[in-house]
Amino acid sequence: MEAVRRVISVVVLNEAQVLARVSGLFAARGYNIESLTVAPMPDTDMSHITIVTKGNKRVIEQITKQLHKLIPTFKVIEHEEMVEKEMVLIKFPIEQSLSDIQVLCEAYNGGIVNVGENMVIGMVTDEPVRVKHFIEAAKRYSPMEIVRGGVVAIER
Amino acid sequence: MKMSGAQMICEAIIAEDVKTIFGYPGGAIMNVYDEIYKQKKFEHILTRHEQAAVHAADGYARASGKVGVAMVTSGPGFTNAVTGIATAYTDSIPLVVISGQVPLSLIGTDGFQEIDAVGISRSCTKHNYLVRSLEELPRVLKEAFYIARSGRPGPVLVDVPKDITGEIGEFVYPSEVNLPSYKPNYKGNNRQIQKAAKAILEAKKPLLYIGGGAVLSGAAQIVRELAEMTQIPAVETLMSRGVMGAKNPLLLGMLGMHGNYASNMAMSETDLVISLGARFDDRVTGKLSEFAKYADVIHVDIDPANIAKLVDVDYPIVGDIKTVIEKLIPLLKNEVKTERYQVWRDILNRYNELHPLLYNDSDEVIKPQWAIERLGELVGEQAIITSDVGQHQMWAAQFYPFDRPNQWINSGGLGTMGFGFPAALGAKKAVPEKTVINITGDGSILMNVQELVTAAEHKIPVINVILNNHFLGMVRQWQTFFYDKRYSETDLSYQPNWKMLAEACGGIGYDVTTKEEFDAAIKDAIVQDKVAFVNVAIARLENVLPMVPSGGALYNMLLEHKEEK
Ligand SMILES: Cc1ncc(C[n+]2csc(CCOP(=O)(O)OP(=O)(O)O)c2C)c(N)n1
Repeated sequence: MEAVRRVISVVVLNEAQVLARVSGLFAARGYNIESLTVAPMPDTDMSHITIVTKGNKRVIEQITKQLHKLIPTFKVIEHEEMVEKEMVLIKFPIEQSLSDIQVLCEAYNGGIVNVGENMVIGMVTDEPVRVKHFIEAAKRYSPMEIVRGGVVAIER
Repeated sequence: MKMSGAQMICEAIIAEDVKTIFGYPGGAIMNVYDEIYKQKKFEHILTRHEQAAVHAADGYARASGKVGVAMVTSGPGFTNAVTGIATAYTDSIPLVVISGQVPLSLIGTDGFQEIDAVGISRSCTKHNYLVRSLEELPRVLKEAFYIARSGRPGPVLVDVPKDITGEIGEFVYPSEVNLPSYKPNYKGNNRQIQKAAKAILEAKKPLLYIGGGAVLSGAAQIVRELAEMTQIPAVETLMSRGVMGAKNPLLLGMLGMHGNYASNMAMSETDLVISLGARFDDRVTGKLSEFAKYADVIHVDIDPANIAKLVDVDYPIVGDIKTVIEKLIPLLKNEVKTERYQVWRDILNRYNELHPLLYNDSDEVIKPQWAIERLGELVGEQAIITSDVGQHQMWAAQFYPFDRPNQWINSGGLGTMGFGFPAALGAKKAVPEKTVINITGDGSILMNVQELVTAAEHKIPVINVILNNHFLGMVRQWQTFFYDKRYSETDLSYQPNWKMLAEACGGIGYDVTTKEEFDAAIKDAIVQDKVAFVNVAIARLENVLPMVPSGGALYNMLLEHKEEK
């Protein structure tokens, strides 16, 4: 069976240990995590966890079932029709062409968000594939640091 | 009512109607032990090791069908308990384990006897709690018992910091749990059940594949009814021995690595597997791609994650075995044509005649299989049998005539040596009117042998039948078959004096080398009110057969092995 990339959202009770339960499950059962983001959901006592994983059909099915089995799990969504975004921050040396960087970031729905004495920080929010392309392109400007935010997704 | 956290723990145990708990005190749990001392509603048995306390609570749960409770202190008390918790977890046994923890203010400071109990136990509990305030303690206790026993049962750990057990607060034990994220599905989808019924009616070679879930669900009676009504043959896993009853003509036997020929062939040739609370363990399936190769699969399980985990399932039914069969029976009742499966039954009967489960008995030396058969004749239905792990366990599963569920108690999933004796203590406390016998080996019994003292002190007269081959026999068997007889670290020729060992601790011991002595020892041990060791010298190099070599297809069984002298 062929391994596929899957984005899974997990809605959990926002309580102690809950992130450890989720990530521990992946570690213990040898599932793969490509990215994991988590934040509290507004006006509830729940958190939304978005996980990007890879595995064949049987593995993905097990992942969703095992996630569901955790006592604090309310809902597991295996995304199919979704809007998917990722953010990335990149720090460049100030010597690089600011206008080039600006144009590049804008091409990927972003811009320059901070300029300091020796550095400039660009930010981009886009689909994960596009973020990857952006990072490729940005390499020409000798980035000093790249921080990716992990994927968040919402079903359409 | 106002009371301390320690008292709340005792009140919860009383409210849950637990009559006996097992444990071992220490600094972080002393407040609770002080309350245990003051109350009279439940009994506490001091085992001599925390692992044994958890196994005893486990045996109590398996024999009674109720939640077992064990109590341990922080740090080493808890880590000693882990093997017991993991054993219960793999076999889905409902336990509540209460552990002391260092005071809240010390958590995270590497305090004396501080260990991350919830971290360590996360992957071997159904759920676990570190209690963070006295206010949440009653709710946590209520949830712990509920989670342990509902859905697919399992152990729940409640780790309680010492200051919380000392603090005073208002106690109301909740009458209900409010867990919106945890709603086990018992019912089973009606549409799926209808489809499954149709598949059964259309099959030619259906097979009931009965797992431990049938025991946990209390479904034995209705499983028998289903088999009887449809005349569909059945195989049992190691965990479900007793569900069909040994005398049942529809029972082919146990399948798997040490299953009998007819059972394994049935699984290899069936066209419809009806899995009832079994989970397709690798010791059952052998080579997965060859397992039930020609069959569609109906899989009934309360745990959705068990379904389609290893094999493709055509009729998935998430639900309680008993409830689902109750719905299935009326759909089959007037429809099923039992003659339809007659050819199939005939084939299987021929397989059984071709290679019945046999052994070569001897007059010179006791064969372990004989000892177990004889035990079955002597005590039969009247006994609860526990076991350790190894050859003796497999022989017990093969040759003891189990008549009812909950009669056979063993560590099937984790395979924990040292389980049998403490589990027997728990079983005896739960069902005192039964004779409780632990069938064990000379290796296993030494793991938790200290429980002789517990048993003697509390007058828990369980009988340990040590099938003594002076070997770690099961490992030795693999060395014989697969490692050219290089018996690396499996020779147990150096032995304690078993009789003296038992008697030194206040029990009674028997050394048995002949069949007559065997009978005499068992009969005597049954009427004693003392814990007993019956040390039975057995044929040293006897092997457990048939055997499906690890990773091989079920139909490729080693049926005999040239015996060496
Ligand atoms: C705690 C633990 N350690 C090691 C093993 C591996 N193991 C499985 S069977 C066995 C031998 C058991 O020997 P004994 O209790 O004498 O039983 P026999 O096989 O001789 O009947 C061992 C070492 C285990 N199952 N559990």
